Amino acid sequence: MNHTKNNSIINSPCISLENVTISYKNSPAVRNIYCEMPRGKVTAFIGPSGCGKSTVLRSINRMNDLIDGCSLTGRVLFEGVDLYAPEVDPVEVRRRIGMVFQQPNPFPKSVYENIAFGARINGYTGDMDELVEMSLKKAALWDECKDKLKESGCSLSGGQQQRLCIARTIAIEPEVILMDEPCSALDPISTLKIEETMHDLKKSYTIIIVTHNMQQAVRVSDMTAFYNAEKQSGGSGKLGYLVEYNETSKIFNSPSQKATQDYISGRFG
Amino acid sequence: MNRRESEIRYKLRKRTASERTLDNGFKNFSLGMASIVAILLFSILIVIFRGSIESIAKYGLSFLITSDWNPVDDAYGAFTAIYGTLITSIVALLIAVPLGVGTAIFITENIIPKNIRSILSVMVELLAAIPSVVLGLWAIFIMEPFLRPFLISINSFLGWLPIFNTTPVGPGVAPAIIILAIMILPIITSISRDSLNQVPNKLREGAYAIGASRWPTIFNIILPAAISGIAGGVLLALGRAMGETMAVTMIIGNSNNFSWSIFAPGNTIAAMLANQFGEADGNQVSSLMYAALILMILTLVVNVFAQLIVKRLRLKY
Ligand SMILES: Nc1ncnc2c1ncn2[C@@H]1O[C@H](COP(=O)(O)OP(=O)(O)O)[C@@H](O)[C@H]1O
Ligand SMILES: [Mg+2]
Repeated sequence: MNHTKNNSIINSPCISLENVTISYKNSPAVRNIYCEMPRGKVTAFIGPSGCGKSTVLRSINRMNDLIDGCSLTGRVLFEGVDLYAPEVDPVEVRRRIGMVFQQPNPFPKSVYENIAFGARINGYTGDMDELVEMSLKKAALWDECKDKLKESGCSLSGGQQQRLCIARTIAIEPEVILMDEPCSALDPISTLKIEETMHDLKKSYTIIIVTHNMQQAVRVSDMTAFYNAEKQSGGSGKLGYLVEYNETSKIFNSPSQKATQDYISGRFG
Repeated sequence: MNRRESEIRYKLRKRTASERTLDNGFKNFSLGMASIVAILLFSILIVIFRGSIESIAKYGLSFLITSDWNPVDDAYGAFTAIYGTLITSIVALLIAVPLGVGTAIFITENIIPKNIRSILSVMVELLAAIPSVVLGLWAIFIMEPFLRPFLISINSFLGWLPIFNTTPVGPGVAPAIIILAIMILPIITSISRDSLNQVPNKLREGAYAIGASRWPTIFNIILPAAISGIAGGVLLALGRAMGETMAVTMIIGNSNNFSWSIFAPGNTIAAMLANQFGEADGNQVSSLMYAALILMILTLVVNVFAQLIVKRLRLKY
């Protein structure tokens, strides 16, 4: 799975979903997703609640494996390798594809340990103090936290906790960072800070972000995927699908689908 | 909707007198119930203390470190029973804690399919429902004869250690330890299971998302987050082990001759009280009261000590 970042393959996708259908307890939640996410860019998933954005996102680092009864058909390729092939170890997948959740979930340990724990289990051999400082700086948290390294990560404010979760994710140097509505529980100032962080991060990482905030999608993303849900023919639930996927400017300026147009102009959702 | 309409639709905007009385009444009722607990505890302590004054005056602290128990000579010392109480409960804990917490982890983390997990869970609760006298009988007739060959071989290999240096011949401290471990296992398991279930799933996900595999997640994140609940269960189990009477009396041998060996017959404070109160009089009653006081203080000390440990270990989330 090693890759070199030269120009010839920069156009080849980092992650591609090929006809992915994900079901909970045998009833599908999203169907037939085809999507290729470019390396070193930010891809945003938008769409109304319950259309399966989180479900798709979580399938990319095999987080859905932890949910009883969740199954996937189709292929999820990371650098050309099928992540669901039997010989692939989900733990390794998550070491290379990190995730930041909707609810900040720092470990009930010190700020320092929150970062050091992941580094240690990933076999980090360098200087731990240096890594902690660098990760916190990258997540724009160092100035606020440098005197609180010994305090519990849970004693920080919500925005700081979320940046701590980002710091702990980048500390393990994944190649891809998945973010599931990372700002939905935060105030506007923390949100801006996290967006700034993302701008810095996209120089070195591929980022996929789910967001409910369309201005945010415009501000941070290069590519946007719009998901929608339709009433399931037989059952009572809804079934999500990918309506449209394109460059962010195209999606927001000249969408090709009417549903996309309606959604971004706030006519439904 | 205008204001008048809403006044009509909610006729309880003002708190009525009866509602207020009910609130106050409930508060006082809870206060009363809580005080009853405190009053009970204190009156038990006072009664036991008064009953033991005679013996305390006569034997003083040497009661704690001598092991004669001789009604004919009026010589009493509780060391055998104190040692028995401590060794049985502590070793039983050492056996039951890893087993119980391990079982709880096994039940809560999705290591095995869900239906097997729930069957296991029910079986653990059923274990708690077996009356201790039944366990005692089982210990005498089945467990002890079955275990004896193993205990004998431990004795022949490790007999140079003081705690193994007598030959197992029947009832003794070791079978009592095992029966205690069995009795406290369900307490530890079910309380640990409940506190592990309380750990928010987002912590688990957070650990997996940075590439932690199952064991680091369990040992570094989940267990520390649940430790105060688990420790509470262990404490409860320790209390049960120190005070357990029936099953222990049936299998421990009830001997006041002191021996370091867990293969020899011994005694615990609770077993001694149960055995001797019926026919005791005079100084012996007072000495038994003294022993009971020691048991209460031991339990108290262990509790306070454990609370301190829990406070230091606990992770807040
Ligand atoms: N753990 C789960 N178990 C069963 N169904 C789920 C689970 N998580 C999500 N779903 C279902 O999958 C659908 C998509 O959910 P989700 O991916 O969370 O949507 P979104 O993130 O777009 O709001 C919803 O209908 C939801 O009910
Ligand atoms: Mg979601």
